[in-house]
Amino acid sequence: MIEIENVKKSFGNLEVLKGISMTVEKGEVVSVIGGSGSGKSTMLMCINGLEPIDSGRILVDGTEVHAKGTDLNKLRRNIGIVFQQWNAFPHLTVLENTTIALRKVLGKSRSEADEIAIKQLKHVGLGDKLKVYPSRLSGGQQQRMAIARALAMSPKYMLFDEVTSALDPQLVGEVLDTMRLLASEGMTMIVVTHEMAFAREVSNRVAFFRDGLIHEIGSPKQIFESPERPETAAFLKSVL
Amino acid sequence: MFGTSITWGDITFMMTGAGLTLAITFWAMLGGTLAGMVFGLIRAQSPWYVNYPMGALLDVLRSVPLLIQFILFNSFQSIAGLNMNPFVVGCVVLAAYTSAYCTEIVRGGIGAVPVTTRKAARSLGMSYWQDMRYIVLPLGTRVMLPSWIGLTLGVMKDTALVYAIGVIELLRSSQIIITRKPHEALVILAIAGLIYFLVSFPVSRLGAHLEKKWREND
Ligand SMILES: Nc1ncnc2c1ncn2[C@@H]1O[C@H](COP(=O)(O)OP(=O)(O)O)[C@@H](O)[C@H]1O
Ligand SMILES: [Mg+2]
Repeated sequence: MIEIENVKKSFGNLEVLKGISMTVEKGEVVSVIGGSGSGKSTMLMCINGLEPIDSGRILVDGTEVHAKGTDLNKLRRNIGIVFQQWNAFPHLTVLENTTIALRKVLGKSRSEADEIAIKQLKHVGLGDKLKVYPSRLSGGQQQRMAIARALAMSPKYMLFDEVTSALDPQLVGEVLDTMRLLASEGMTMIVVTHEMAFAREVSNRVAFFRDGLIHEIGSPKQIFESPERPETAAFLKSVL
Repeated sequence: MFGTSITWGDITFMMTGAGLTLAITFWAMLGGTLAGMVFGLIRAQSPWYVNYPMGALLDVLRSVPLLIQFILFNSFQSIAGLNMNPFVVGCVVLAAYTSAYCTEIVRGGIGAVPVTTRKAARSLGMSYWQDMRYIVLPLGTRVMLPSWIGLTLGVMKDTALVYAIGVIELLRSSQIIITRKPHEALVILAIAGLIYFLVSFPVSRLGAHLEKKWREND
């Protein structure tokens, strides 16, 4: 379970998160939508401690992420994250990209790591690209590799930050399919996305971010069909 | 030899000088690169109150002419009673000078790795140092290598300045022969130039080869 309690965060004078509270239960898929600059990415980075927070707290399975004694390197093994782009390590092959953390972080042997990585890469449809460098992959393949790489660590949670928004339209589908598969397997996910149809279909809940706050949160049905707040309706109208 | 009055003895004398040139270049690059990596890592992650004085100090090393640095440091060490031989003084001063350039090269290389790539590494549970070792340095090296090769070739030519503290390296040994045989000046200088070239060429070829190899993956 991820518990976010009244989290505030500023970059200098700019208050980006103004008191975010949200709980994500095991097995849940929560989509996060909202205009650019509303603090969606920042929130994801706070969840795995890539960004510090100013006040409030975030608990992952009861461990307070920003507490002094927390071993973030250990905590992060449970939380996979995929970014919009520049996920790949360009000097490593697809297989090496996927095994490096298995070997260096989890201390697995090369053959163990290879086995796990190959299984995950096949799972996302990259079984034939093991020896290829990321530059030879399409954007969609790179994103699927990043997903496989995160999954290889057997995380309990997956965070996705607009993973399809840098892709050519014809490549979006394959990445969404991979995420759909993951959701159907019961992975707990927070998905920041502009793909409204996807959010509507896959999520248990949808959170609308506006100006550093969760402006409205509810079932996809409620958010997309009968939003309570006028700003939610206006945002949906602007993107649909 | 070559129908001239240049003897094998002269050539051997020059080769000894060339050996010294190489040795000084080697130690200066080794020391300067190691120190530059440490300083570059510090600079890439330090707050301004560390970065500012450190940057100023390294700027001094980069802006004061090497000749002056050799002479100043040599006088300093003899006043301080360190009894360093001129060869060691040359290596130390050139290493310090090299480290100042290398620091900026390393800092630039680290800065060229996209923040997201580093966050991706950290998000897989890698520690700061694992990220540095397995992701940032290998990627940064591709950016750093051309400048580093350039620095190596520059330092090799700069070794000529150690004549000021009495080390007889390649250029100085050539000059000594020229004072004895002024009419052979052109031939002697041509030989010295050829030696510099023969040493530099493989270094720059190696650099070009690595760059090409890496570009094929990118
Ligand atoms: N590292 C940073 N330093 C300064 N400002 C930042 C940083 N990251 C994000 N911001 C600012 O914080 C605000 C929210 O950013 P972000 O969380 O990326 O929004 P979103 O993902 O919703 O588009 C933006 O105004 C952005 O410019
Ligand atoms: Mg964002």
